[in-house]
Amino acid sequence: MQPFEWEKPLLELEERISELKQFCARSKLDFSEEIASLERRASTLRREIYASLTPYQRVLMARHPKRPTTLDYIRMVFDDFLEMHGDRTFGDDAAIVGGIALFEGQPVTVVGPQKGRDTRENIARNFGLPHPEGYRKALRLMRQAEKFGRPVITFIDLVGAHPGVEAEERGQGLVIAECIEAMSFLRTPIIAVITGEGGSGGALALGVADRILMLENAWYSVISPEMCASILWRDSSRAAEAAELLRLTPTDLLKYGIIDDVITEPLGGAHRDQAFTGRQVKAFLRRYLAVLKKTKVERLVEERLARFRRIGQFHEVKLAEI
Amino acid sequence: MPAHETDGLWVRCDGCGKLVFKRELEKTSFLCPACGHHFRMGAPQRLALLADEGSFTPFPPLVSANPLGFPGYEERIRQAQEQTGLDDAALVGRAAIGGSSCILAIIDFSFMGGSMGSVVGEQLVRAFEKAAAERLPVVAVSGGGGGARMQEGIFSLMQMAKTAQAVGRHSREGLLFVSILTHPTMGGVYASFASLGDIILAEPGALIGFAGPRIVEEATRQKLPEGFQTAEYALEHGMIDAIVPRPQVAQCVGRLLLWHR
Ligand SMILES: [Zn+2]
Repeated sequence: MQPFEWEKPLLELEERISELKQFCARSKLDFSEEIASLERRASTLRREIYASLTPYQRVLMARHPKRPTTLDYIRMVFDDFLEMHGDRTFGDDAAIVGGIALFEGQPVTVVGPQKGRDTRENIARNFGLPHPEGYRKALRLMRQAEKFGRPVITFIDLVGAHPGVEAEERGQGLVIAECIEAMSFLRTPIIAVITGEGGSGGALALGVADRILMLENAWYSVISPEMCASILWRDSSRAAEAAELLRLTPTDLLKYGIIDDVITEPLGGAHRDQAFTGRQVKAFLRRYLAVLKKTKVERLVEERLARFRRIGQFHEVKLAEI
Repeated sequence: MPAHETDGLWVRCDGCGKLVFKRELEKTSFLCPACGHHFRMGAPQRLALLADEGSFTPFPPLVSANPLGFPGYEERIRQAQEQTGLDDAALVGRAAIGGSSCILAIIDFSFMGGSMGSVVGEQLVRAFEKAAAERLPVVAVSGGGGGARMQEGIFSLMQMAKTAQAVGRHSREGLLFVSILTHPTMGGVYASFASLGDIILAEPGALIGFAGPRIVEEATRQKLPEGFQTAEYALEHGMIDAIVPRPQVAQCVGRLLLWHR
């Protein structure tokens, strides 16, 4: 993994510090003052670099190959997990994982796309891009959760729909619509956590929820910045400009009322301290699960529908005006 | 594929390659006189073809805001309004088809590719809400290129949820929704309300799918199967109920509404 250009000065400094520490240990010489001074510099630099990330830098952070995946969150957040496979119609899609997990003793249903950690895994997981049977598996597990009154927690991290012949042949448009509709009326609490990429309809298919949370360096948009740039200027290399226009960062989406809360990441991104990120996600889930559990399911569904009903900006016009 | 304009008076048919006189097309419901190819048609023409004469009462118009402050969006909207005479890409109102009352929604491709932003979403939701309140069926004619209104970003994406939920509420009242897919029904329009019809009909040759054919071709670096994402292909793969040629659509929908009265 190549480091990001904007992180290089920091990573170099961190490397020097660790070399110096090793040297001290070997040579038994005392450099503690120098080390302390370098660490102060590193910490200032870290704050400077990560406090002013551009939207596109966040997009790239969201795609960092070491960023925690759905299975990482499942391992870090829950006490137990039984993975369940298959859509009972066509097959099992490795690009979506799901099953029953224990959250502090309470059974919940967990679903999310799963990216691979390397090329081999990514091929097996189709880069976390689900086929229709993946969405159908998610739908099946969510209906199962509804039947037994288990809360549903979805983790969202996919760049968009899978652009493939088979996905189209087996009706990915249809099944995305079915997922959206079914989640809207599901009689059980739902929390969606956008952990990395929230790309278009594929993300929304798992994103209709009572609380929508988003990690600090995640993005959520109708279109990826690259695709947007190639439509606007026929030049996908201008993705950074498109990312500004699309307002896809958690800060913007919170302001628009699209999401409910932002989960802070360690400085430098979730991958720099996975355990910390896991604890953060767990704390947010604990808080919101407690709120949702106190609400009657009829009211949950009503409020869920009302929340989406409100979204949109337009003016009423009198007929004479046009 | 769009019909290539050659000059103001003639268009080339994508079906047979012949030049067709535009005036002629208006008389034939935009069917190629030589091969029967279904040209795209505007919402007002579609309305005239589908609804009983004089039966249509449109909903009050809405005009889009620019929620993201996207550069040039207001101007694009103004231009499209001038070119089409529509407030946005959806023409929605109360109508009768074959003597049966319904709420009719028609998406017009000529307004920014028939893409779904806040206004299209809201008009569709109002259509289903009005229909639920008056216990009427909904007939929606979709035909939007990319589906998403990119200039509205996340607000466009959320219209998928909003419209799907409106269908769901109407459906839970035991009411009928007939979804008619015309060329092209793709992206967010297809992956939301248009897919949720009790009955899904399509016009011959209409492109139907989620990811566009060019995107699929580029991503897979493979030649696409013959007829990929056409209505015929969708029928063969079990995605739609029936293909209905344009001259029979009104009569077919009329029958369906009658059987659900
Ligand atoms: Zn022809």
